[in-house]
Amino acid sequence: MSQASNEAVLAAAEAENREFLVFSLGDEEYAIDILKVQEIRGYENVTRIANAPDFIKGVTNLRGVIVPIVDLRIKFHLENVEYGGQTVVIVVNVADRIVGIVVDGVSDVMTLTPEQIKPAPEFGVTLSSDFLSGLGSLDDRMLVLVDIDKLLTSEEMALVDSTGNR
Amino acid sequence: MDIADFFDTFFEEAEELLADMEQHLLELDVDDPDSEQLNAIFRAAHSIKGGAGTFGFSVLQKTTHIFENLLDHARKGELTLRAEHVDTFLEAKDIMHEQLDAYRNEEEPNQEAYERICHTLQQIALEEIGKTLDAPAAPAKKAEPEEDKKAAASNQHHLKVALLNVGDKDRGLLVEELEQLGDIQSQSGDEKRYEVTLTGGVSADDIEAVMCFIIEPDQIEITTVAAEASAPGVAPAAEPAPSAPAPVAEEKPAAPVAETPPVSKAPASKKPEKAAAKKAAPESSSIRVSVDKVDQIINLVGELIITQSMLDQTVSDLGDQSVGNSSLQNGMSLLQRNARDLQEAVMSIRMIPMEFVFSRFPRVVRDTAGKLGKEIELVTEGKSTELDKSLVERITDPLTHLVRNSLDHGIEMPDEREALGKPRTGKLVLSARHQGGNILIEVRDDGAGMDRDRLLAKARENGLNVSDTMSDEDVYQLIFAPGFSTAKEVTDVSGRGVGMDVVKRNIQGMGGRVEIQSKKGEGTNTRIVLPLTLAILDGMSIKVGSETFILPLSTVLESLQPAKGDMYAMAGDDVVLKVRDEYLPVIAIHEVLDVENAITDPTKSIAVIVQGEGRRYAMLVDELIGQQQVVVKNLEDNYRKVPGVSAATILGDGSVALILDITGLHRLSRAKKEAGKIANQPHLSYYKEAEPS
Repeated sequence: MSQASNEAVLAAAEAENREFLVFSLGDEEYAIDILKVQEIRGYENVTRIANAPDFIKGVTNLRGVIVPIVDLRIKFHLENVEYGGQTVVIVVNVADRIVGIVVDGVSDVMTLTPEQIKPAPEFGVTLSSDFLSGLGSLDDRMLVLVDIDKLLTSEEMALVDSTGNR
Repeated sequence: MDIADFFDTFFEEAEELLADMEQHLLELDVDDPDSEQLNAIFRAAHSIKGGAGTFGFSVLQKTTHIFENLLDHARKGELTLRAEHVDTFLEAKDIMHEQLDAYRNEEEPNQEAYERICHTLQQIALEEIGKTLDAPAAPAKKAEPEEDKKAAASNQHHLKVALLNVGDKDRGLLVEELEQLGDIQSQSGDEKRYEVTLTGGVSADDIEAVMCFIIEPDQIEITTVAAEASAPGVAPAAEPAPSAPAPVAEEKPAAPVAETPPVSKAPASKKPEKAAAKKAAPESSSIRVSVDKVDQIINLVGELIITQSMLDQTVSDLGDQSVGNSSLQNGMSLLQRNARDLQEAVMSIRMIPMEFVFSRFPRVVRDTAGKLGKEIELVTEGKSTELDKSLVERITDPLTHLVRNSLDHGIEMPDEREALGKPRTGKLVLSARHQGGNILIEVRDDGAGMDRDRLLAKARENGLNVSDTMSDEDVYQLIFAPGFSTAKEVTDVSGRGVGMDVVKRNIQGMGGRVEIQSKKGEGTNTRIVLPLTLAILDGMSIKVGSETFILPLSTVLESLQPAKGDMYAMAGDDVVLKVRDEYLPVIAIHEVLDVENAITDPTKSIAVIVQGEGRRYAMLVDELIGQQQVVVKNLEDNYRKVPGVSAATILGDGSVALILDITGLHRLSRAKKEAGKIANQPHLSYYKEAEPS
């Protein structure tokens, strides 16, 4: 096999591979498409919004832009929800909006090949499988691949006006 | 540079000219036309024609040409104007505007409208002065012999264009332009004098018009050379002369519009002309800047203000340490003053007078009144009141709707009015004025007013939840419900019941509100209250628990410490506060917004008396912090509308504070109390519907 064709094969494989940002919620590992991530920052200075669902922590000032902060730990009914120096906010860019999501920690960036992404099974009540793009298996680890676009624009997240107006 | 770069300039100027033309047409006294005005209209048409010809917008050119000829007869007194002529002229103006838009969108203008208006204009000429306007048999062809002659003349001519004292760089551009206009036969010369010989269907005026964008008129010299005479290296066959056998010798470059010698033909020289039309209005030196650039400056200044107040806070936190340092103190106060001045100056860029909105209404009123067979006198007040540009653009449609509504439903037919002892001519007043931090726009008519009983009956018919005890104000607000119309029949002006809800939604979307005052038989007054600008707000910061909120200063009337004896419980949870013989509903912010660790004893908190949508409330807060200007940030950009909150802002310490919406809070408070009492929550659901999405 010549070197040129070898490279082509590699490039083709690369094109299929997707990179994910892996974060933890409690003991579980989740991952989102890295292209949706704008930045990662600490949790601070969040202004509460009254009468909003409990998982919407409020809004914060991100360099002059008002950004809502969603705590996925509360949304996914995790038991230990604490805010400390380690609490991390992943700022994502979905549907022309900027939203911050609070997670327990960010571990690393993983590249998954198509073979490593398995279809998501029909899931429980907390996280509908509609919001999953699959399950990633990596050696003995399992990553829950979240379709962050669908999740954050869904009606139950109450982040977007139901009429779709902005 | 491409000729297309000049298109925008032409479009903008033509639009202004059309607007001028309309204004003059509307002001024109048919019985005794002011020749100055007729001249102004004529000049506008003429200038547009010139530009349209230059850029090859043939349909527009031909329309203006016919129009111009008719106007020429009018100003020479050969045509006696009648009201319907003015109507036709206005229609012609509209069609020209459509054509202009079509060209702007790079579409072909509507041929049918063009042929129709040409025909109508021809008809007037035929009937009134007994001659046709050099009628084109098929309008799509050349408009008139004069044009033909001109074309023929220039086709049979070579134009020798001499460029005087033009540098290399400009010359390249100019030659390129000339290539667009015709075939260059030869070119030679130096910087002092560069000669280009040109053949093609352009006239000397047109060349001059295009060149004037780049160089001064005295830098160009155009001479016509007869084809037979000169023509070195010209193949006459290349330009088959049209059949029109015009005597070439008589034709001079300036001849085509010889009847108006003082009027210049180049679009570039329109400025003095326009000034003359406005009776020597002072020449304003202005530049066109895109709104995006202005907005960017406004945003930056907003950030600067935030930074400035952040610094200010830091300095005041230093306390004693800064007291001794007078240069720091002086510097801070200087910075504050400069920043405020800068902000004010920048904001004023966006402010434009209401005249821009009002100027379209004479036409709207005239057309609508004509359609309805009513006699209406339109009065506008406060044209110079200034308003943010974005608001001006957005207020036009709702206002048009309200005006039409007044004309259609408000003002009665002339005979009806006479029978009622009113003057036959109905009066419609449009007014604008400042009121506090707001602008108040009123649409007042002296028509029939609103019929409370009919509104209520209609509301019941539509299944709305109403009662006979509702206040007049609430009843009038019913007309803003979707699908609500009391019109006895649907006309093409209004009555379908769509629209008023849109009007209200639009106005609310601008942070404003609509109020209606009406008296049966005497008329209706629709009041639109809008903030002056959407970007900056004078706010009063308040503290509840550990949270800071901003109240729009324009809503705050006073604040006081409530005494125990002044609080009265009413029918359960409701509490009212007596303030100087007035009982105001109490809204406890900590209850409505679920603030923890707030002062719950009303006598220990502070009552801020606020006003929203014409009502007053007593709002219980823990502490007043102070007044400050805040930059309004939209919550809906990344989040959604929050009940009781109109927007957000960033405080000096970089944290976000919510700006409260008084009426929203009141609704929220009512909804919460209802929700607490009854499982089935009619008010809550009503509230949700009423909330603009």
